[in-house]
Amino acid sequence: MRRRWFIPTSAASYAILVVLALFFLLPFLWLIVASFTPNANLGTVWFANASLDNFRYIFDSGYGKGFENSLVLGTSTMVLVVVLSCGAGYTLSRYQFRFKKTIMLSILFCTGLPVLALIFPLYAMYVQLGLIDSTPGVIIFFVASLLPFSIWLMKNFLDSVSVDLEEAAWVDGCSTFGSFWRIVLPLSAPGIAVVGILGFIGAYTNFFIPFILYSSADKFPASVELFTFFGSYGQINYGQIAAYAMLYTLPAVALYMFVARFFVKGINIGGSKG
Amino acid sequence: MQADAVYPLPAAPRRRRRFRLGMLFMLPAFLVMTIFFLGPALYAVYVGFTNLALTGNGAAAPSWVGLNNFHQILKDSQFFAALRISLTYLVGSALIGQAVLGMLLALLMRNRRPLFKTVLGGIIVACWVMPDVVAGYLWFAFFHADLMGLGTGTGLLNTIVSTFGLPQHAWLQEYPMAAIIVANTWRGTAFSMLLYSSALEGIAPELLEAASIDGAGVVARVRLIILPMLKGTIATDLLLITLATLSDFTLVKVLTGGGPGFDTQLLTIYMYQHAFNFYQLGYGTAIALLIILTGAILSLLYIRVLRVEV
Repeated sequence: MRRRWFIPTSAASYAILVVLALFFLLPFLWLIVASFTPNANLGTVWFANASLDNFRYIFDSGYGKGFENSLVLGTSTMVLVVVLSCGAGYTLSRYQFRFKKTIMLSILFCTGLPVLALIFPLYAMYVQLGLIDSTPGVIIFFVASLLPFSIWLMKNFLDSVSVDLEEAAWVDGCSTFGSFWRIVLPLSAPGIAVVGILGFIGAYTNFFIPFILYSSADKFPASVELFTFFGSYGQINYGQIAAYAMLYTLPAVALYMFVARFFVKGINIGGSKG
Repeated sequence: MQADAVYPLPAAPRRRRRFRLGMLFMLPAFLVMTIFFLGPALYAVYVGFTNLALTGNGAAAPSWVGLNNFHQILKDSQFFAALRISLTYLVGSALIGQAVLGMLLALLMRNRRPLFKTVLGGIIVACWVMPDVVAGYLWFAFFHADLMGLGTGTGLLNTIVSTFGLPQHAWLQEYPMAAIIVANTWRGTAFSMLLYSSALEGIAPELLEAASIDGAGVVARVRLIILPMLKGTIATDLLLITLATLSDFTLVKVLTGGGPGFDTQLLTIYMYQHAFNFYQLGYGTAIALLIILTGAILSLLYIRVLRVEV
């Protein structure tokens, strides 16, 4: 009786999943095909005369500056987020002190604050501080806005590193910093990779913050450059846009795939205790 | 605690020193967050009650205007139109689209082959981590119609539609709301799927097996066991995707620019217009505060309705 149920269910599952896979896959088709097609338009969805011309054009025409700026934003944000959230996450994971619960709750609350709502006051503040149109200004805001979620994740990861090992090291004469450096950090490497890569992706792919805070075109990251590229030239070359978008997307996707299986462990935030 | 006894230093001073070091570890992160995140957040509350602007009187000496901004917003019919559009977008793309589709995917992918899971999961996640601007262009191309023959090409959707002999449509002009809902569902489903998949792993297979031996069908197992056990995760997910969707800007800006007319003008696009095109920062910030308020009310609602402790 139950046997009969099993096979159709599994076949039906695969059928539904394949349909859904098509839904997720189809929009990519244009990006992939158009980027390899010179003189592509918005309807180019099959390879006719594939070539690398579009990519060559992007490299030769000086559009590379946008990628460079995005990489600078992503990398600096990544490093700062990792260093700062490691420190804070370690303390929150290992120490008991008054207000700890309050601090954790405020961090969770900050995670939910829409960055978009902060951008105008930030803009006004940056005008006063002279940080408008400055890369350090953009980076520090990325860092500050990514920290709540990063600290939360980092604490979750550090919680899973056993305290016993650390205590053993202290007994053997290791200092607090020594045990943190030699034991906790290596053991939580996957967690650190997740936090770092999410930090990188957050800054690297962001459009709105640099769009508002930058005013000189040579500082624009790829997201803003792509947006202006699309609108400001009389004859739009869709093939080149697709190639640009492709080059811009690949690092983010590739980096994420690298840490994907660790990420899932970290985001299981409290919800499913039951 | 017992380990204290064997520390090489006397316990108390050592613990104090350790404590101070711990605070030192935490300090830089909190300093940065306080100045550059909480600072603007608190400042926002103040700015929302002033006439701060980029030009004119409000630029030189912004003054306190009390509830004026809010009065003005609540008198603006465009605000309510934008609110309605944002809520439609939220319900359609996040609550129905992302959460339901994410749950469906998580459930269906449970016992599939690892290779299949990896490939499909990879595709879905790629939609999620790609830059907003790129996602906007992908869907712009997908929905594109060249009804007047300008040589911009026929988008994939219209190509598919005409293969089946159906009429082509200028989707982004004729069905703008449906278009942005579909695009955002596509973009954000991965997050809900990941959250639910990892929560599903926490449900013991024996439990489901026992239920199925007792005669519970697939639907009953999902409704009576899986959903109740995932209540906390569902609340967390709804909360996070609601806040993310309410503050969404880029995807819709690239795809429709808020148009045609004001048909897809989300609250955030309305806010952007006022703050940066009309230079009224105080007014724009007041709108931002209302967006946060909307998010907060909805979050409380989910927690209440799903009766979870957070």
